[in-house]
Amino acid sequence: MLTARVIPCLDVDRGRVVKGVRFQGLRDAGDPVALCMSYEAQGADELAMLDVSATPEGRGNARHTVAAVREELGIPLTVGGGVRRLEDAAGLLEAGADKVAANTAAVARPGLLTEIAERFGSQCAVVAIDAAGRAGGGGWEVVTLSGGHRTGIDAIGWAREAVERGAGEILLTSWDRDGTRSGYDTALLAEVSRAVRAPVVASGGAAAPEHLIAALEAGADAVLAASIFHDGDYTVGDIKRAMARAGVPTRLDPP
Amino acid sequence: MSDREVVVCRTGTANLASVLAGLRRAGGAPRMAERPDEVRAASLVMLPGVGAFGAAMENLRASGMAAPLRERMAAGKPTLSICVGLQLLCRTSEESPGVAGLGLVDAAVTRFPDSVRAPQFGWNRIDAAEGCAALTSGHAYFANSYRLAETPAGWSAAIADHGGPFVAAMERGAVVACQFHPELSGAYGRSLLERWIARPC
Repeated sequence: MLTARVIPCLDVDRGRVVKGVRFQGLRDAGDPVALCMSYEAQGADELAMLDVSATPEGRGNARHTVAAVREELGIPLTVGGGVRRLEDAAGLLEAGADKVAANTAAVARPGLLTEIAERFGSQCAVVAIDAAGRAGGGGWEVVTLSGGHRTGIDAIGWAREAVERGAGEILLTSWDRDGTRSGYDTALLAEVSRAVRAPVVASGGAAAPEHLIAALEAGADAVLAASIFHDGDYTVGDIKRAMARAGVPTRLDPP
Repeated sequence: MSDREVVVCRTGTANLASVLAGLRRAGGAPRMAERPDEVRAASLVMLPGVGAFGAAMENLRASGMAAPLRERMAAGKPTLSICVGLQLLCRTSEESPGVAGLGLVDAAVTRFPDSVRAPQFGWNRIDAAEGCAALTSGHAYFANSYRLAETPAGWSAAIADHGGPFVAAMERGAVVACQFHPELSGAYGRSLLERWIARPC
């Protein structure tokens, strides 16, 4: 039976991990390769890397970072950030990403997802959706430009369209919960995972094992988190053992 | 002992970085090949798993590698196929109606039932049947929407479940085919690659 995936996410700027990693046992907390290998050893099922570089030079570095990580890493790697054109996706996939995530550019031009899917297959095409509750309640709207723009587009409808256009997976971030440590938006996760056949990765708000378990029980297929792992409060193994105790199908080997 | 050469068939639009890195970590020295004579001469050949069934078959036929691949597998020469590579051994696939596969296995590849997520993304539990030598039980990483539902006659298989049992991998002597991605399956996948690369020729 398919197990629920736990996916640590690192932010990388010009080839260095940013957003402080504080857990023990890392000689260089800014080295993406060392951090990725440490998460693989902890039992991570997959890794996500978000390139937050603001410049074209920084993005060039991101490809080098992906290549360096790929040489060592034995689990799947999704890369997002700055995927605007098919060539951006191609560059990251050739460097060693297994999947690329498009966000703002896909909202502006949904055909980008079709292009990636037709050239590389849907299994390489991830749509990253940032969603926020509409003011006054009543569903969620898509936000873009790292929260800078509320589009008014219905998040559920966009999820459905993105999959029809070729996305093989949805990385769904709750903009209301991101950084709050108050848990994932399980209502949003339940709605989106019911609306599409493609797997849904939960993101935004995780601070405790219960949060990850609740997201999976709400319908998410995988849970992505950053600070909960970087801060060293929990290892990936701690989280997965808690998941297994709660009855969530979990891969616990290697121990 | 120096690393053993593994000839990797170029099948088209593939992103191959993960496969090449995985082979290097497992003690192989991968070399890309696009000509039939390279496939005939090699001691170890890998058919990597990428893209759609139809596009991959078209590329193998256009490059002339389809026939030597089929011949070497029929003769039991060490060949490892991954993901869509396993599906290419079959006769047909629902993914690309009307396209003939290599036909080494008389079976049709079908889509996962509507009751489960597709693509199947993630680590699935696999159980190796008695008679498997290269394949073992464990967890491996899958990324597929189509699968072979039944173990073909003459093969030993490892089985996983996603809306019903399917062939996670199968072997017949030195010919091994994995629906999962050993290069992305951590220690489990690495040990499979190591065993396959180190096998006596």
